[in-house]
Amino acid sequence: MRREGSALNGLGVVTLKELSDHLSSVRMRVLEWLVVLFALAALYLAIQQVRETTAEDPFLLLRLFTRAREGIPITFVAFLSILVPVMAIGLGFDAVNSEYNRRTMSRILAQPIYRDALLFGKFIAGLFTISISLVALWLLVVGLGLVLLGVPPNAEETARAFIFLLVTIAYAGVWLSLALLFSIVFRSAATAALVTFGLWLFLTFLWPSVLSQMVASVISPPDPGYTALGLPTPGNVEWGQILSRLSPSTLFGEIAFVLLNPDDVSARALGTIYLVQLQGAVRGALPLGQSLMIAWPDIVGLVAGSIVLFTIAYMVFQRQEVRA
Amino acid sequence: MNDIVIEAQNLTKRYSGVTAVKGISFSVARGEIFGLLGPNGAGKTTTILMLLGLSEISSGTARVLNHDPAREPLAVKRRVGYLPDQVGFYDNMSARDNLRYIARLIGLDREERDGKIVDAMAHVGLADVIDRRVGTFSRGMLQRLGLAEILIKDAQVAILDEPTSGLDPQVTIELLDIIRALKHRGVSVLLSSHLLARVQSVCDRVALFNQGKIVLMGTVPDLGRQVLGGGFRVEVEAQGGGLEAQLARIPGVERVESVGPNRFLLLADRDVRPEAAAAVVAGGGRLTRLAVEEPSLEAIYQRYFQEHPHEGERHAA
Repeated sequence: MRREGSALNGLGVVTLKELSDHLSSVRMRVLEWLVVLFALAALYLAIQQVRETTAEDPFLLLRLFTRAREGIPITFVAFLSILVPVMAIGLGFDAVNSEYNRRTMSRILAQPIYRDALLFGKFIAGLFTISISLVALWLLVVGLGLVLLGVPPNAEETARAFIFLLVTIAYAGVWLSLALLFSIVFRSAATAALVTFGLWLFLTFLWPSVLSQMVASVISPPDPGYTALGLPTPGNVEWGQILSRLSPSTLFGEIAFVLLNPDDVSARALGTIYLVQLQGAVRGALPLGQSLMIAWPDIVGLVAGSIVLFTIAYMVFQRQEVRA
Repeated sequence: MNDIVIEAQNLTKRYSGVTAVKGISFSVARGEIFGLLGPNGAGKTTTILMLLGLSEISSGTARVLNHDPAREPLAVKRRVGYLPDQVGFYDNMSARDNLRYIARLIGLDREERDGKIVDAMAHVGLADVIDRRVGTFSRGMLQRLGLAEILIKDAQVAILDEPTSGLDPQVTIELLDIIRALKHRGVSVLLSSHLLARVQSVCDRVALFNQGKIVLMGTVPDLGRQVLGGGFRVEVEAQGGGLEAQLARIPGVERVESVGPNRFLLLADRDVRPEAAAAVVAGGGRLTRLAVEEPSLEAIYQRYFQEHPHEGERHAA
C-alpha cells in the first residue's frame, strides 16, 4: 500500500516548534548551567594537573579531556559520558507522552502530516539542542585551554578533538532514541523517565563492569591453567569485552580513549592486547587515520544503536492507537 | 453523488478481541449537520478516528470528500477540520502561537496566516484574549479555540467530538450557535455527543449509536414517528364553540384530545398547523396559541431501549 504525499511533510515546522520549546524551557536552563559548571570544574582540575606534570607535550589540548588531578578521578571525558545521557534523557523522556497528556496528539495528527514527521521532528530537535550545548561546551574547553595554557593546538589535535565532539553527539543520539522509545511506550512521563534512567544506570554502571563479566564466565569459563598462573583466560576476557560493548557507555569510553590518547600504546588496538604484540612496538603517537580505523567499529556501533532504537520507536509509534 | 461528503459502508473496528464498531453505514450530505449520538463507549470516537485516517479500519470502507482516509490521509486531513474530545493546546503558548503552529502545519503562507488567525478568533469571540497563554483558558474557551482552528483550515467538513461536554448551558448555546454558523458557511458538520437534548436542536439528521452499531437514523421528527408512534402532536389553544369537532375533521388528524379549557391536542400523521389555524378561523374562533411538539431525542432513545432491551448484547456474545 503506497501512501500519497511525503512522509516528511511538516517536518521542518515540527522541528522548529520543538526546538523553540526546548531552548526556552526551564529544563534547558538547568542543563545549561550543569554543563557550564561541570565543564569548568573538570577543566580546572585538568589544567592544574597538566601544568604540574607536562613540560613538553605534543598533545596538550587532548590532555584537557583526559587528565584529572590525582585523587579526584573526574576527567572531562568521564564527566561527559555521564552528563550527555542525562541531558538526552532529560530532553526525550516526555517527548511523545506529553502530547497525549496535554491532549494535543489527536489534534496535531489531524493536520495534513504523517506521524513520521512528528517523531522525526522531535528527534532532530532534541539532538540539535544537545548539539548546541555540546558545541558550546567544546568551544569553551578549547578556548579556555588556549587562554590558560597559552599553547595553540596543532591541526591534528584539533581534528581529534572535533571528531570526539561528533562522537559525543552520536552518543547523545543513542540515549535520545532510547528516551523517545520509552516516551512512546509509557503514557506516564514519570514512568518513562524512571525506566530510561534505570536502564541507563544498568547499562553504564552495572553491565560493563560486573554483569557482562559474569555472563562471560558462563559462556567461556576461566581456564584453571591460566588462573593458576594468575593470568586471565583469553577467551573469557574476549567474551567479557564483546558483551560489555553492548553498552553505549563502553563504546563511548573506548572511542574517547583511542581518539584522545594517540601516544598511549594500549590505544593501538581495542580488546585484548597480548604481551607479544607490545614487544618491539615503536614508541610514538599513532596518526589520526590509524586511530580512527581502530575506533571505527565502535563508532559505527554507536550510530547503528541509535538508528535501531529510533526504528523500534518509530514502529511502536506507528502502531499506537491515537486514543488513550 | 457529489453531494455526499462522508460515506461509511460496513465500517468495522476490532481492537484486540473487542469489536468497538460493528459494521456501520451512514452518509453525510454537503451542508448538513449530522449527529452521532449515543452513550459513552458506543463507538462514536472510534468511528470518527477511522474517518480521519487516525485509526486503521478493520473492514468496510470509508470515503471522505471522495478520498479514502486509509490510503490518502493527507488529502482527507487537509480538507477536514477536527475538534477532539477534551481538546488540548500547548499551555505555555499564547492562543495566537498555538494557531500559528497549526497554520504552519497546514502549510499556509505567512501573510495569509496572521490575517486568518485574527478573523477566526473574532468569529469565535476570543479576539480579546488572542495573546493570552492558553493555560489560563476555560473549557469553553478551549473548545472555541478548537473551532477557530477549523475556521483557519477552511475545512469543507468539520468533525466535532463531544463539542459540548463539560460546558455550562450558556456556553453550550453559544457554541451551538458557532456550529450553526459553520453550516451557513457551507461546511458539513459531523458531531458526536452523549448529551442528546443539547445537540438535538442543531442536527439535521442523527444516528443513534449503541454498542458499536447504529440503531436508529434519520431526522428527529422521523425517529419520533418511528419510535414513539404517535406522529405529530399539535397543540391548539383557541376560544370559540364547537372547535373540537372542527379540528377533528381536518384530514390527517387521528384524534383530538381536550387537555384543558380551550386547549386541544391533535394527534396527526403530519404537521397540521396551517390546517388547524384555518379550521379555527373558519369556525369563528379566536386562535391564541398554536404549537407543534417536537419529539425529544431523549424520549426516543429511552423508548427504543425499553423496546429492544437486549440489542447489541446478542451480537457481543
